[in-house]
Amino acid sequence: MGKFTEDDLKKELETKEYEYGFYTDIESDKFPVGLNEDVVIAISKKKNEPAWMTEWRLDAFRIWKEMTEPEWANVRYTKPSFQDISYYSAPKQKPKLNSLDEVDPELLKTFEKLGISIGEQKRLSNVAVDIVMDSVSVATTFKKTLNERGIIFCPISEAIQNHPELVKKYMGSIVPKTDNFYAALNSAVFSDGSFCYIPKGVTCPMELSTYFRINEGGTGQFERTLLIADEGSYVSYLEGCTAPARDENQLHAAVVELIALDGAEIKYSTVQNWFPGDKDGKGGVYNFVTKRGLCEKNAKISWTQVETGSAITWKYPSCILKGDNSVGEFYSIAVTNNFQQADTGTKMIHLGNNTKSTIISKGISAGHSHNSYRGLVQISPRANNARNFSQCDSLLMGDKCGAHTFPYIEVKNKSAQIEHEATTSKIGEDQLFYCNQRGINTEKAIALIVNGFGKEVLNKLPMEFAVEAQKLLEISLEGSVG
Amino acid sequence: MLKINNLHANINGKEILKGINLEIKAGEVHAIMGPNGSGKSTLASVIAGKEDFEVTEGSVELNGEDLSEFAPEVRAHKGVFLSFQYPIEIPGVTVTNFIKTAINETRKAKGMGELPAKELLQMIREKADLLEIDRKFLSRSLNEGFSGGEKKRNEIFQMAMLEPQLAILDETDSGLDIDALKVVANGVNKLKSEKNAVLLITHYQRLLDYIVPDFVHVLYNGKIVKSGGKELAYELEEKGYDWLK
Repeated sequence: MGKFTEDDLKKELETKEYEYGFYTDIESDKFPVGLNEDVVIAISKKKNEPAWMTEWRLDAFRIWKEMTEPEWANVRYTKPSFQDISYYSAPKQKPKLNSLDEVDPELLKTFEKLGISIGEQKRLSNVAVDIVMDSVSVATTFKKTLNERGIIFCPISEAIQNHPELVKKYMGSIVPKTDNFYAALNSAVFSDGSFCYIPKGVTCPMELSTYFRINEGGTGQFERTLLIADEGSYVSYLEGCTAPARDENQLHAAVVELIALDGAEIKYSTVQNWFPGDKDGKGGVYNFVTKRGLCEKNAKISWTQVETGSAITWKYPSCILKGDNSVGEFYSIAVTNNFQQADTGTKMIHLGNNTKSTIISKGISAGHSHNSYRGLVQISPRANNARNFSQCDSLLMGDKCGAHTFPYIEVKNKSAQIEHEATTSKIGEDQLFYCNQRGINTEKAIALIVNGFGKEVLNKLPMEFAVEAQKLLEISLEGSVG
Repeated sequence: MLKINNLHANINGKEILKGINLEIKAGEVHAIMGPNGSGKSTLASVIAGKEDFEVTEGSVELNGEDLSEFAPEVRAHKGVFLSFQYPIEIPGVTVTNFIKTAINETRKAKGMGELPAKELLQMIREKADLLEIDRKFLSRSLNEGFSGGEKKRNEIFQMAMLEPQLAILDETDSGLDIDALKVVANGVNKLKSEKNAVLLITHYQRLLDYIVPDFVHVLYNGKIVKSGGKELAYELEEKGYDWLK
């Protein structure tokens, strides 16, 4: 592609505004910046938490204070100054509403801009939506239908009040406060998130979904999600995120814990589109997340993710295959453009017998970005007949970006079967000209090629997400021809 | 249909085409022959609109319309088809998906809706049979792992699906054994009509036994130095290119 086209496309990328770059003008309840024990206690108090929860947070805070920020990832960034962030922000609204008619129309307009027409979702796709606006969950719908089956789906703040036994038993059991720096921070200051419990033998009849949004500048978002699938149950959960344009980096340190008891299955899908920073690498969200699931006997957990946003993405949704015959799956497409950086992958820890894990990771790099896959397949000594299949493919667009792979395989049992495949490819000018000559313009050609590349992963997403994901892929790669 | 006037083109400052004049009318088959480096592929690329090449003088007109302002995909919509000498691989994109996208993008440009799946499938079956292409082929990634012959047959398959006005076949015969050559030639001959035209670029006379040209031109050092009927090809076969210099 000659000079002409490159300049033209560069111009298009510059002027293409981040679609979700707007700011909801709602009065916000915001803490002054800084983090200390008083702030932690204040957060707990604001949420009317019981004493045991406040103690739990304080314990985490004290642990966090002793920890050092990790620096081993293949990413470079200006470290967030933890004392310059406000740790609580909520829109001044009555958080608990029985029906959408009671929601502030401004808020509803925001949801519409995000493409979430709640009414439509309610009626057509039968999805129960728990929308998190900044730090408070708004409009939890479909509670009644779920309640009839004994399914609990509510904000975690509510679960702390109404289901303390479950929270006490499971929160921090998969991702302990001591796990890592950001998990400790999250444990101390987590704002809100989703709590879900599926009773024994119940198949959740609808896909559960949550949308997140970082609204105010200077607030970190620390959501905490806990999903428990009791024996023999099934649930499919969708997580989709967007954020408005901001100049200063915004920290997003979430923790997600999944527990699949005997024979249960959890399908967890994420489409992440946080503000990625501008074309010069300024601004953007720091997405430092800890996600982990535990499988008991005959249980299964699949993580499917499409990551196109954030300035820095640092996450490894993982599975602990504790029970015999348990299965862990990880399907991922991570896109980086301009100056984005990603260090993402998964950890499959095989503990039980006859466990199986599948990893399919597709990385797409464009612009000046760097995309790293980091994965761990660990077979412990007692894990007999473990099987793993891993496939990491990288697609490079242009010659200024980078794709890196750090696959770790630790096998301590002779009966294990591990397979690993990796490919690296490039979208070249010749491929684009070939498409052009067949009447397909460059934008469409890139979309075609990228979708072909990511097909295997996109096919794993629930229908409604797959369409959004495809569109996201196209948008995030506009103007990135090599 | 195609009128090339005094075409000069260069790449990276080096002039390759030094004043090409050529006219192709609907229903005609023209062949361009010439030694390596004479500018044959460049001519094909310039007509198709590859931006690496800069047109410094002259023009290319299709049906009276100057093509110079149009991007390659727009020229394709207007009916220009180039069968590549080295068709490139596109992993992850199946042959079927690719041709479906190409057809629908062209239809979109003409204000038509997408081709209904049933019709598309029927068309695919028809053309695949014409070119003796196995159905399993169609679900493979475009050109990935294809042999040279398979790539060329796939090019003509696409030509059959897109039904262009002007088909430029760049060394379509290279890498083909006799049987494959016959299949490809048969395909091209079936697609020929009074409404379209074919421009064959080749080194060897052999292809012209199967796709018989109305006119043969010799391209040498960026210029057409001689034109004639199909006998000219035999003359070149016998004498080589030296006698033209």
